[in-house]
Amino acid sequence: MFWLVVAYLGSLATMFASAFWTVDSFTGNIVRHFNFGNFQILFTQSVYRVIAVRSLTVAVLVTLFDALIAIPIAFFMAKVLSQRLRNFAIVIIILPLWASYLVKTYAWRTMFSDGGVLVWLLKPFHINPPGYGLFATTLTLAYLWLPYMILPIYAGLERLPDSLLEASSDLGASAGKTFRQVIIPIIYPSIIAGSLFTFSLTLGDYIVVKIVGGKSQLMANVVYDNVGTAGNLPFAAAAALFPIATILGYLYFVRRSGALENF
Amino acid sequence: MKISRRAKIILGAFTGLVLVFIYLPLSVVVINSFNPSRTFSWPPTSLSTVWWTRVFHSDGVIPALLTSLKAGLGATIISVILGSCIAFAVARYDFFAKNTISLLVVLPIALPGIVTGIALNSAFNAVLQPLGIGLGLATVIIGHATFCIVIVYNNLLARLRRMGNSLEEASSDLGASTFQTFAYVTFPIIRSALVAGGLLAFALSFDEIVVTTFTSGASVQTLPQWIFNNLFRPNQAPIVNVVATMMLVAFILPVWLSQRLSEGSAVGSRL
Repeated sequence: MFWLVVAYLGSLATMFASAFWTVDSFTGNIVRHFNFGNFQILFTQSVYRVIAVRSLTVAVLVTLFDALIAIPIAFFMAKVLSQRLRNFAIVIIILPLWASYLVKTYAWRTMFSDGGVLVWLLKPFHINPPGYGLFATTLTLAYLWLPYMILPIYAGLERLPDSLLEASSDLGASAGKTFRQVIIPIIYPSIIAGSLFTFSLTLGDYIVVKIVGGKSQLMANVVYDNVGTAGNLPFAAAAALFPIATILGYLYFVRRSGALENF
Repeated sequence: MKISRRAKIILGAFTGLVLVFIYLPLSVVVINSFNPSRTFSWPPTSLSTVWWTRVFHSDGVIPALLTSLKAGLGATIISVILGSCIAFAVARYDFFAKNTISLLVVLPIALPGIVTGIALNSAFNAVLQPLGIGLGLATVIIGHATFCIVIVYNNLLARLRRMGNSLEEASSDLGASTFQTFAYVTFPIIRSALVAGGLLAFALSFDEIVVTTFTSGASVQTLPQWIFNNLFRPNQAPIVNVVATMMLVAFILPVWLSQRLSEGSAVGSRL
């Protein structure tokens, strides 16, 4: 077990160190000379700024979309269904969402394809669905990470006693007010926990955008392309620090706001 | 708050809609695997099993399937052994850097796959290449094991914490040796959690592509890699549909089984 920890930590450390190295453009060998060149390129070239903003936007949209879907479903499962139906619902809703990542992404590729199911479904309404692109990417990512949002919120709601809801309405609160002032504050840590997953998984993904994203690129593609085709590991490592730094920053912000203390 | 009838109906309808959203893309893949047309004009005009018979003669599917099975088995065995060692150590003993260890175990799954992939790739290149060992099945297994360990670990740790020490203490008070206690008390209690964790680990390994891409090298190809490489080739689309359907079944079965074995707590253990 020890060798695994050493190997893994060692490789992580090497990777981050290599972010400060460069590649000799002539020989293609890695030059172990400490400098900030990679970061300079990342921060100054506008293409990377555009990709970074795009990745963040997609991550935020995916998180919002998942939260909007997950809250009503989790509420329905935890507070409306009977115990027996609840277990059944969990299996029915969660099981396919755990199914193969690649197959699900592929499924959305067939949905969005030219002459595919979406075109056929929306034809009677005279709507032309968008093809491969950022919309398809956002929707597919939201679809993929949905269980990461549903499960924590469901767990949070299950712990919320019904008596609190009854007390709120006995004291004269409307359903909307109970939702805003009782339910949301209680499941807030769950939403934050779920959003950590949707956020970090989105920022680390390069496959979905390759399959359904058309020509658009996200930050992880920059990482992938620099490892694979360009063979520029130091630059890839520097680019990989973007999602990590973003997630750590988010984590720090969340911790400071105290959202995870009761979780 | 008494949830009004209207609210219940609206929530139920919303859940129903989301169910359609969840199942529609998956069923399209399954239906398309029976679609005899090469171009998948939707809706299919007829159904046939022609692609299901062709898949066995298709280039690379069977070797990729075998590679995936081997990688999954290898990673599962390693992660069951190491994961249970760590779980026992963390649940039963107090030791230096205990919290650090439990954080380290979770790290490979908390970090984006591409980070783990690159890190392992550069480590393998730096350490194994000078020894004359290239990337291949062995490195894929090690790569998969790094993130499968946490699955076994989480499942087992939850079971060990719930079970507590008292049963084992009672057993040794009654004169059982350490081995007898393990064989007759501890193991029967943790068995289902171990199987559940192992099944999930296998499913996760079988499905993995990112870490695989960075650790497999040019010589081996797993089933997800086969799908990814053939996804963009229009004339391979029918076979991809069949393989995708097979993977859906191959993935859902172990997860469903492990869900039953762990009394409903397994699906959450990936979190």
